[in-house]
Amino acid sequence: MDENAYEPTIIAFLCNWCTFTAADLAGTSRLTYPSNVKIVRMMCSGMVDPKYVLKSFLEGADGVLIGGCWPGDCHYINGNMKARRRVALLHEVLERFGVEKERLWLRWVAASEGNMFAETVKEMTEQLKKMGPPSTKQRAIA
Amino acid sequence: MPTITINNKAIQFEEGKTILEVARSEKIDIPTLCHNDALEPYGGCRLCIVEIMAGGPRGLKTSCTLKATDGLVVETDNERVRKSRRMTLELLLARCPNVPIIQTLARAHGVSSSRFSLDNEDCILCGQCVRVCKERMGVAAIGIFNRGAKKYVATPYQQLSEVCRSCGACASVCPTGCIDFTTFSEKTPVPLLSEWNVGTRRRKAISIAFEQAVPKTPVIDKNACVHLNTGACGICADSCVAKAINFDQQDEIESVKVGAIILATGFDPMDPTPLKEYGYGVYPNVFTNLEFERLSNATGPTGGKLLMRDADDRLKFTRPPESVAILHCIGSRDLNYHEYCSRTCCMYALKYAHLLKDKVGHQVQVYNFYIDMRCFGKGYEEFYRRIQSEGVRMIRGKAVRVTDRAQSEEEQGKLVVIAEDTLSQSLLRVPVEMVVLCTAMEPRKDAVDIARTFGISIGSDGFFLEEHPKLEPVSTATAGVFLAGACQGPKDIPDAVAQSKAAASMAQALISLGEVEVHPMVSHIDPDICIGCRVCIGLCAYGAIEFDTRRGISVVNDAVCKGCGSCAGYCPSGAAKIGHFTDKQIFAEVEGLLATGS
Repeated sequence: MDENAYEPTIIAFLCNWCTFTAADLAGTSRLTYPSNVKIVRMMCSGMVDPKYVLKSFLEGADGVLIGGCWPGDCHYINGNMKARRRVALLHEVLERFGVEKERLWLRWVAASEGNMFAETVKEMTEQLKKMGPPSTKQRAIA
Repeated sequence: MPTITINNKAIQFEEGKTILEVARSEKIDIPTLCHNDALEPYGGCRLCIVEIMAGGPRGLKTSCTLKATDGLVVETDNERVRKSRRMTLELLLARCPNVPIIQTLARAHGVSSSRFSLDNEDCILCGQCVRVCKERMGVAAIGIFNRGAKKYVATPYQQLSEVCRSCGACASVCPTGCIDFTTFSEKTPVPLLSEWNVGTRRRKAISIAFEQAVPKTPVIDKNACVHLNTGACGICADSCVAKAINFDQQDEIESVKVGAIILATGFDPMDPTPLKEYGYGVYPNVFTNLEFERLSNATGPTGGKLLMRDADDRLKFTRPPESVAILHCIGSRDLNYHEYCSRTCCMYALKYAHLLKDKVGHQVQVYNFYIDMRCFGKGYEEFYRRIQSEGVRMIRGKAVRVTDRAQSEEEQGKLVVIAEDTLSQSLLRVPVEMVVLCTAMEPRKDAVDIARTFGISIGSDGFFLEEHPKLEPVSTATAGVFLAGACQGPKDIPDAVAQSKAAASMAQALISLGEVEVHPMVSHIDPDICIGCRVCIGLCAYGAIEFDTRRGISVVNDAVCKGCGSCAGYCPSGAAKIGHFTDKQIFAEVEGLLATGS
């Protein structure tokens, strides 16, 4: 593999009760998934402040993944619904910052779905590789 | 107090009582067929004849109609009385030679045959049905017609009655059980089925839920009770010695202050009617697991005998089956219904197989159609081995259909279970007489409402979600609310007991401590920064944020806050923050991750 090949970095804000536990399960189940993902534990996907997402992109992340519980399964009754609304707004805003909205993913992964977490990370890494670095990053380099 | 002498025994009595009542209160037996405590005296059957020896008009009198008076001397069992009763019984026996109650009474009085020409009637014309309808139900839908030997009980003109409510009182008082009240009414009577016996037997409008009910108190079904709907009847209140029946009782909602709540709402058995391929409700001898369970129970409809249903009457049971198929995983491990395994079925299916071999006899053929045998508990595998050694046939393959269409002589008149035996890779047709469906354990129908009431979550399978599958198996997302038993997921008795003991301990630990531990990861609103926009109050799913009108800011109640961060994620001024998850900490984390990354 080419050493200079583009390796995207994904910051993942994961709900402590579902996706974070799923990531844990993926590990204990010895599933492999790309090391491109860097996990930040949150208590709930509804806790993810839009500025955390913007900060990640500004600091040079190529993608941001927010993982929450399936609708109806939220540990905090409806935090995931709040996350969904915030992500919808962020998708509107990100384009204006020059970040494609495909770089911000919101996914529902239950605590028992370790393989789904691994699949999601694989899929996102593939997509980001195809997309290349975000234009903001290219600008920063140039 | 007035005194009466019955069979040379002086008895004090209350004014207004009949001789029969006084005699019975002294345990002196006087036979009668037409007397009913709930009805007015009738004097129709003439069996309660006694002889008045002195103190009043002498001679043979009916004790049910004659009031006791002071100084009366009565004999209930002298030769003259016995002779009269024998004659009455002989006449009754001539009319109804095949009615068991008449045969027994006649035999008891030394009457074995009748000298009169025999008839073959069921009705003894005691008139209880007619009287209960008129006196207690206030309807008089039936009456006695004609006279003498031509008497009969019927509706006017023998037409279906408009006024009959088909309450069934007539049939329930009939001493010979000869009344089919479905022939009286225009309305089709709807049988009241016992919920406890999952509809395998009838119950009355006033009934005790089940033999071990605590408190063991009868309840009135207010939809079916004649008194509550029309004001008539009230027989239960009259006959209750303790005068405990209160028709005015209303539902009450009581508020109780508690420190912990254990939810143990259980499960619902799945209704297999939508799974048309198994023919439940179509073929009488397709049973659900719970119906079979009631059959095998000593307090069930058959007194513990495993019998087949009558083809025409679902409430009638006939003879033991010669062959039985037990179908596992009905609605469980099935993508069309429930993906999960109901956990209990394998073991109770083996129990049923054992019960059949034990109660019906070794000759009964028992087939178990299974996907996988999950004998996971202590002693379970050993039980499985034992059942196999009893000659129960285990067929690995889920049954796909139950049909009554015979393809061979052997299948004639039987239920044919069609399944694939996945071990021999062949299609099987197994003719049996009875099929038992091991249906899935489902979340209660109102589980969603209960979850909302207690602020807890529901998993993708519909059962209540525990806080953590391994580390917090009985706690929920709401502090102080614990789970026990099948409301959290299908489980068998040992598991349910273990979990409920754990829940009880958790609740004890919480309430006996006298104080509550609060999580450090709760929200805090910086009073210097908060602008009092109150959006966080609307966002909080727990109602943990209140508005302080004096200071014009929002304030978090630490004890109620769960630390989800919904408020912190939104707060436009950045006043709301979760402990251990402040902007500064998250930013540092992100910076750290990205600094080393590239």
